[in-house]
Amino acid sequence: MIDTPTSPITSGLPLFFVITVTAIKQGYEDWLRHNSDNEVNGAPVYVVRSGGLVKTRSKNIRVGDIVRIAKDEIFPADLVLLSSGRPDGSCHITTASLDGETNLKTHVAVPETAVLQSLANLDTLVAVIECQQPEADLYRFMGRMIITQQMEEIVRPLGPESLLLRGARLKNTKEIFGVAVYTGMETKMALNYKSKSQKRSAVEKSMNTFLIIYLIILISEAIISTILKYTWQTEEKWDEPWYNQKTEHQRNSSKILRFISDFLAFLVLYNFIIPISLYVTVEMQKFLGSFFIGWDLDLYHEESGQKAQVNTSDLNEELGQVEYVFTDKTGTLTENEMQFRECSINGIKYQEINGRLVSEGPTPDSSDGNLSYLSSFSHLNNLPHLTSSSSFGTSPENETELIKEHDLFFKAVSLCHTVQISNVQTDGIGDGPWQASLAPSQLEYYASSPDEKALVEAAARIGVVFIGNYEETMEVKILGKLERYKLLHILEFDSDRRRMSVIVQAPSGEKFLFAKGAESSILPTCIGGEIEKTRIHVDEFALKGLRTLCMAYRQLTSKEYEVINRRLFEARTALQHREEKLANAFQFIEKDLILLGATAVEDRLQDKVRETIEALRMAGIKVWVLTGDKRETAVSVSLSCGHFHRTMNILELINQKSDNECAEQLRQLARRITEDHVIQHGLVVDGTSLSLALREHEKLFMDVCRNCSAVLCCRMAPLQKAKVIRLIKISPEKPITLAVGDGANDVSMIQEAHVGIGIMGKEGRQAARNSDYAIARFKFLSKLLFVHGHFYYIRIATLVQYFVFQNVCFITPQFLYQFYCLFSQQTLYDSVYLTLYNICFTSLPILIYSLLEQHINPHVLQNKPTLYRDISKNRQLSMTNFLYWTILGFSHAFIFFFGSYFLMGKDISLLGNGQMFGNWTFGTLVFTVMLITVTVKMALETHFWTWINHFVTWGSIIFYFVFSLFYGGILWPFSDSQNMYYVFFQLLASGSVWFAIILMVVICLLLDIVKKVFDRHFHPTNTEKAQLTETNSSIKCLDSMCCFSEGETACASVGRMLERVIGRCSPTHVSRLWSASDPFYTNDRSILTLSTMDSSTC
Amino acid sequence: MAMSYNSKDEVDGGPPCAPGGAAKNRRPDNTAFKQQRLPAWQPILTAGTVLPTFFIIGLIFIPIGIGIFVTSNNIREIEIDYTGIDPSSPCNKCLSRNVTPCICTINFTLEQSFEGNVFMYYGLSNFYQNHRRYVKSRDDSQLNGDPTALLNPSKECEPYRRNEDKPIAPCGAIANSMFNDTLELFLVVNGSFSTAIPLKKKGIAWWTDKNVKFRNPPGEGPLQERFKDTTKPVNWVKPVYLLDSDQDNNGFINEDFIVWMRTAALPTFRKLYRIIERKSDLHPTLPAGDYFLNIQYNYPVHSFDGRKRMILSTISWMGGKNPFLGIAYITTGSISFLLGVVLLVINHKYRNSSNTADITI
Repeated sequence: MIDTPTSPITSGLPLFFVITVTAIKQGYEDWLRHNSDNEVNGAPVYVVRSGGLVKTRSKNIRVGDIVRIAKDEIFPADLVLLSSGRPDGSCHITTASLDGETNLKTHVAVPETAVLQSLANLDTLVAVIECQQPEADLYRFMGRMIITQQMEEIVRPLGPESLLLRGARLKNTKEIFGVAVYTGMETKMALNYKSKSQKRSAVEKSMNTFLIIYLIILISEAIISTILKYTWQTEEKWDEPWYNQKTEHQRNSSKILRFISDFLAFLVLYNFIIPISLYVTVEMQKFLGSFFIGWDLDLYHEESGQKAQVNTSDLNEELGQVEYVFTDKTGTLTENEMQFRECSINGIKYQEINGRLVSEGPTPDSSDGNLSYLSSFSHLNNLPHLTSSSSFGTSPENETELIKEHDLFFKAVSLCHTVQISNVQTDGIGDGPWQASLAPSQLEYYASSPDEKALVEAAARIGVVFIGNYEETMEVKILGKLERYKLLHILEFDSDRRRMSVIVQAPSGEKFLFAKGAESSILPTCIGGEIEKTRIHVDEFALKGLRTLCMAYRQLTSKEYEVINRRLFEARTALQHREEKLANAFQFIEKDLILLGATAVEDRLQDKVRETIEALRMAGIKVWVLTGDKRETAVSVSLSCGHFHRTMNILELINQKSDNECAEQLRQLARRITEDHVIQHGLVVDGTSLSLALREHEKLFMDVCRNCSAVLCCRMAPLQKAKVIRLIKISPEKPITLAVGDGANDVSMIQEAHVGIGIMGKEGRQAARNSDYAIARFKFLSKLLFVHGHFYYIRIATLVQYFVFQNVCFITPQFLYQFYCLFSQQTLYDSVYLTLYNICFTSLPILIYSLLEQHINPHVLQNKPTLYRDISKNRQLSMTNFLYWTILGFSHAFIFFFGSYFLMGKDISLLGNGQMFGNWTFGTLVFTVMLITVTVKMALETHFWTWINHFVTWGSIIFYFVFSLFYGGILWPFSDSQNMYYVFFQLLASGSVWFAIILMVVICLLLDIVKKVFDRHFHPTNTEKAQLTETNSSIKCLDSMCCFSEGETACASVGRMLERVIGRCSPTHVSRLWSASDPFYTNDRSILTLSTMDSSTC
Repeated sequence: MAMSYNSKDEVDGGPPCAPGGAAKNRRPDNTAFKQQRLPAWQPILTAGTVLPTFFIIGLIFIPIGIGIFVTSNNIREIEIDYTGIDPSSPCNKCLSRNVTPCICTINFTLEQSFEGNVFMYYGLSNFYQNHRRYVKSRDDSQLNGDPTALLNPSKECEPYRRNEDKPIAPCGAIANSMFNDTLELFLVVNGSFSTAIPLKKKGIAWWTDKNVKFRNPPGEGPLQERFKDTTKPVNWVKPVYLLDSDQDNNGFINEDFIVWMRTAALPTFRKLYRIIERKSDLHPTLPAGDYFLNIQYNYPVHSFDGRKRMILSTISWMGGKNPFLGIAYITTGSISFLLGVVLLVINHKYRNSSNTADITI
């Protein structure tokens, strides 16, 4: 048996503690998960079995079961819709919990099954569903249903529109029947929440480095000890003197075995140098600390009622390390609250003013500017001839022509979309053209894309009101007249085509294709219309920072339609390469278009975006804007949000077609930058040029980018965004990146960046869900980074360093002691002290510190973003700092040990009655000095003394004394050794010991204080300077002890009384004036703050 | 942390409902704690703020140091090595183990008289009482009088656990190697006539050890009866119940034994042997003069280059003679004072530069 210097319990207990705490935390989360799992698994569902409804638990659903879902229920599995309560077999669902899109989505059943609305009918169904293997993509599903009806097989394609995803909720539909195709972990929802790749913060990385260094120190200490032990043991008088014989067993054991066991024994003896509890403390700190972000009122968005949300607490400190910010434009910098502003119809530009279109551009007869109304349709409708004064001539022919153009344009706008109407008021009215009865003002549109919503709303204001779609009909009220369009096909939007189209049949029977999309995707396919004029207008819109879309149409002959219909059907039913085939079909259909015009929608900038970007830049953070928008729009937004300055020299890398050209351009840019390094540079890159630049000339490109103070990437595909971030991440400096975005297209970049921030915006919650932190507004970024990030970084950095320090202090005396006990592995401290040191005696002050520390007023941090530079590049955890703390730890350990050695080891009695101390007293003395020093060292680090800090700091020391007195005061039953009996009492009974404790503590801390003071004096960091100038705290030490949180506790009044006695309390005690902040950041906080501050200060 | 789906997400993920009652509740509380605005004292260590501390430490430590130093210097102490390594030493003859019992006498002179209680220590060097194998080689239950442990000592006592099939009482290496020299002190009165100095053997062990931690096995009969079925430690001459004639100082509660059982921290150590009590205020306890020390030399230390010493010392409130603490206090105080001066100069000299230094943006 290997003989260990400390009992297994001694070393095991801290480990056990660490594991227990972690287990409790994980267990708690697991329990929550389990509960919600149970809730989901145990939810009652109705399954059709042998012609009847059977109630069962949702976990019992098997693939192939027909499930009945009632209104507002959640689907328990991925179902293929068979039939719904509606005759057309459609149903509405919301997928808010899956992708955050809040609009209602219509899903439809195959017509053959849609009629099976009763159980009896369902029983007659004989069908086979073939579908692909489970896949995580929520929007992709391919399969087909082979229905055997009257001995004949009918094959129907199944697409995402007939799949009801688990987790989605049925809306506006009485009930549906569906076949479960994927259940349990195979559902798309389950496949999607497979954990994200774990992100590790820079601090954690350096923490691991430190631990490895300590492991090396540990092993080398063990090796040194083992070697020295054997050097000593060569002489028998040391190895086995007469008074200390070995047992037979020890004598006979093999040399090698003994050597190994000695080495292991030393490892066990010194293992406390590796702070096991560091991990659990860090974890606790992160877990608890992250609550402060959610609690922060400054990060609370009043209008939407959203507070900041922390999805991973592992990255809190990384917020203080950001060097690059990549931000999306739409919805992040802007509100994503689209307002229809202008349009260009048939080559003429119009502006919307108070629900009317006003022509803008040069008017042929501008004799009367006031009368240049192009008039609204309602206007026209009521008084058709009053518009004769319109700038477009007076002839009625002309006017009808005009109306026709507009009519078509707005019809296109109000038909080509996927907007849903909220029919909350019309619940229950399942059939009939119920929408017709509603006034347009009562309609509320829900759209996945705010652009569409804005457009449909604008059309409604103008007079073409989309009322809803019923079955396969879209109803549009044009100037109060209801028209029904049969919706034949929707060619959905995708980001490759960048357009969508619908094929509708007009009441007159004509079939139209309406297309809407980015100008780059529409214009090339157009063969008619005012292409050139529109293009100019689109560019003008873009310059104003408006978002543009082009509208076009194509009239289809029935013959053409046949072809189209067939091709679409083929493509949609294809089991293989369906996407490819669909894309081909779409391309075939969307051609020979006639341009109708373009729309321009304004996206307002968010509040304080300019200030935030400015602050980020002052903090030394490079801001890149990555957007899918076109260059002109992007640049103008960039300029208006302060990302680009007017004074900046803007370089462009756009429209590069070939590799060589791109390289040449890059070299040119690099030259221009070096030539002209006084002025700031901004770079504009577009997606295609970027992919070229990234493919071959990464290094060159990175050089250019790094020298630019602002970079704007436009026309970016989602994956490209992620790729850019990846590139920056792996560049030689390994900068810490942060990505902000709000949409599903930002998810990949959010996940790629070191820190992903989601904006809880209008484009659903996908970004917020996949992010590490979610905030409501871009401007909150400044507080999140400069205040929270800074604090968390300082806290965790000190936490890590301090842990390392305290364990060096702890174990080095033990190592030194081996030199005096023949390397016999005798422990210096009692095993209970070894066990409890990290768990009880020192854990709380550092934990509380790491939760509450504010080395500087948060307001100062926010107002002086430059202070952020002080902690960049993981400065607090640099090797020099680490070395300092380590050396400090060692020197302290030497002081404790040799101080005690000279005091006691010179075999002098320290007691007034001449009695002697033993080895345990010696160890306890070292331990006491160490504990006090280590705790007071923590106190020195603390710049923010709340009553909690006072409580745990002094409490820890007091606890140590009380515990030791108690522990030493009893002969412990069932214990083998009573080594510590009365040792602590005897120690404290000695006057010299008291003096020695004070002396050693003072010496240790003096070293540190001197270093701190000199550092601050000769190389003050900006933060330190700011501390001096800004933190004129007037709360005194004593006050902080007594000021309990709410200022109402008894202690506070005691404190006040005490003060009155001492005569220190003056009205000026109401401390920091928060309201005296700079103009940028005064939000509601100052008022709130002052009121509580008044009440809580003594 | 693995992302998890739970039913709560459903609520969060729902459409952003109108800012009604539900939204209001999500507003974080405006409490000082949650907003990280607890009233706090915010000390900053600058030259200015620590300056007084340095001076105060200097001003307090130096007098304390002087006080301690003087106290320590007033303590009388004499140390006599009686190992007998030096061939001229009277105890040299005892180095070989042939002569038993070996008695030797060492003469010494006290230059100054020792006042107050005088404490007599024996000191050993190079004796590793802190060796792990040694430290744990004891059975505290046995020593506390536990009858089962008496007959079945702890395994830690190996190889001093059993002898000739009988449990050893007290077991273990510590007990086995108990110091067994006898020291007697004589004052030479008139050249040849000498008087023995009375040596008190009570009060040399910690009170709690003597009265609580160490106990003889329970029982009514004589000690020998209570220790029956046990055997003496191998190296001992007499069994444990014959350590002293006084029943209150015999068996496990023998104070010499208890003192020995408190293992020393370092290889050179002292243990309290006897107390010479002050007789009256008028006469010094040990007047200056010639003394001789009678040693019954039993304890072998030569094999491990050990040394044996006898120490006579007076005691102050702070223990024996130890100049270290006083010197350390004086040094620290002076350094602190010096640093204070340095800081004062620096602070004065650089005041302008540091205070006006703007925060560069």
